[in-house]
Amino acid sequence: MSVLRLIWSGFVMNLKMLGTSSFFLLTSTVQPVIFATIAYYMFKSGGRPGTLLYAALGAGMMGVWSTTLFGSGGMIQWQRWQGTLELGVGAPPSMALVFLPFSLANAFTGMYSLAATLIWGRVFFGVPLHFAHPWLFVLALPATVVALGLMGLILASTFVLYRYANALANLLEYPVWIASGLIFSTAILPAWTRPISWALPPYWGVLALRHAALGGDVWRPLAMLVVLGIVSIAISTYTFRLFEHLARARATLSLT
Amino acid sequence: MKTWLRIFFVGGAISFRALFSWIRPSIYIPTLLIGPTTQIVFFAYLGRTAHLKSDSWFVVGNAVQSASLAALFGMGFAIDGERWTQTLSAVLATPANRAALFLGRALPVLVNAAITASTGFLGGALLLGFRMPWSSVPALALLLVLASFACTGLGMLIGAVGLRLRDVPILANLTMAVLLIFCGVNVPLDKLPHWMRLAAEGLPVTHAVAASRLVAGGASLASVRTPLLVEMALGSAYLFVGFALLRWFEAQGRRHGTLDRA
Repeated sequence: MSVLRLIWSGFVMNLKMLGTSSFFLLTSTVQPVIFATIAYYMFKSGGRPGTLLYAALGAGMMGVWSTTLFGSGGMIQWQRWQGTLELGVGAPPSMALVFLPFSLANAFTGMYSLAATLIWGRVFFGVPLHFAHPWLFVLALPATVVALGLMGLILASTFVLYRYANALANLLEYPVWIASGLIFSTAILPAWTRPISWALPPYWGVLALRHAALGGDVWRPLAMLVVLGIVSIAISTYTFRLFEHLARARATLSLT
Repeated sequence: MKTWLRIFFVGGAISFRALFSWIRPSIYIPTLLIGPTTQIVFFAYLGRTAHLKSDSWFVVGNAVQSASLAALFGMGFAIDGERWTQTLSAVLATPANRAALFLGRALPVLVNAAITASTGFLGGALLLGFRMPWSSVPALALLLVLASFACTGLGMLIGAVGLRLRDVPILANLTMAVLLIFCGVNVPLDKLPHWMRLAAEGLPVTHAVAASRLVAGGASLASVRTPLLVEMALGSAYLFVGFALLRWFEAQGRRHGTLDRA
């Protein structure tokens, strides 16, 4: 029960903090709308206007990933700046558990992206919002967000040691968009990238959402999201323990 | 004159190094050198999916546009960073010539922007097989410098606004997005609404991208004289307006005691 209370309190607290960050609002709402606009014009110019809902979903998922990525990169760094990192590390629960709600809140904020691109597409580009499986879409959305949040936890753990997490975050934005096939099919990528795609929750997340919206098998991507989520929990629990120990041993925890 | 040049070159270089404390290989390479290539690959694949244009078209457009990444953030932080480090008042209290002070900061940013943009071409060549005639390289290099100059001018404007607003990174991000949409980087200008095409005419990057595509296709520098001159004029105009705004906001900040408070 106390674990649930910790997760809920951390989640709500971080959601409030993110709500006051204009950078986060930009990343989660404006940036996806910009990419959605570019994609709409590209698809329309290329004579493929029928793919606009596909583009809207993809651009929204790009926003979910960006928010998760920058949130994960930032949550350790921001706590360093605020001087609260040691308090979190010193608290009785494991570090992974302390940061889990923060990571979930980051990914949850990313849901604004999907809402923004779908509304934007509907209002300005007349994108039809007819979902093939609306209830499965409602199921796929939180599953995707939670899976991405758990992946963000792994990233955050590595940032305990890496002081310039934002640089790593910048580096990972486009490559994951590409490898996950968020706005184009991974079939056009070189064959050697397939295993990378399969290991990424955003790949399965966008598949689940796309199939729920446009038709197709939703359950298999959903099952993969659950599997990858469990794997992420296992890895992040281990890496948080390891990197926390290393940071304590090297006395680099609070270095900015 | 000697003092002016010293502030311009030495002051600019030290400021660049000091303010960009993150410029170390582990930060610089992923952010400014690899970043543009990943952007190029992303839009090239999106272009393939949309059946829009060739990979080369996206390589040139995005590589030139990536100059804005270094220029907008560079100039924005070159001024806003002083506030972060609480040295803005000290800098503005000096009797140093303001043109030397601020234009000196612009020069390393301009060079850095051109380097950033050129790595995009390198990445495009390595990952997407982008090729162009070797004879076009000097002309293209000149166009990159010109695009960087125009973006640095716009960056000066953003830096000036940063004296009044707190969120320079957000302003720079939004401006970059505007350039990405409006300037024919990923969508042909003739496919955009009329009002967007009109706006694009007054933005940096638009003319440099158009000229670079022609040059990369083998056209001579003389044949792109008009867009080249327009880009230069736009860059000069932005630089002038940015510098004028800086002086005005500085005077306002002194008068109201708000230099360190945004």
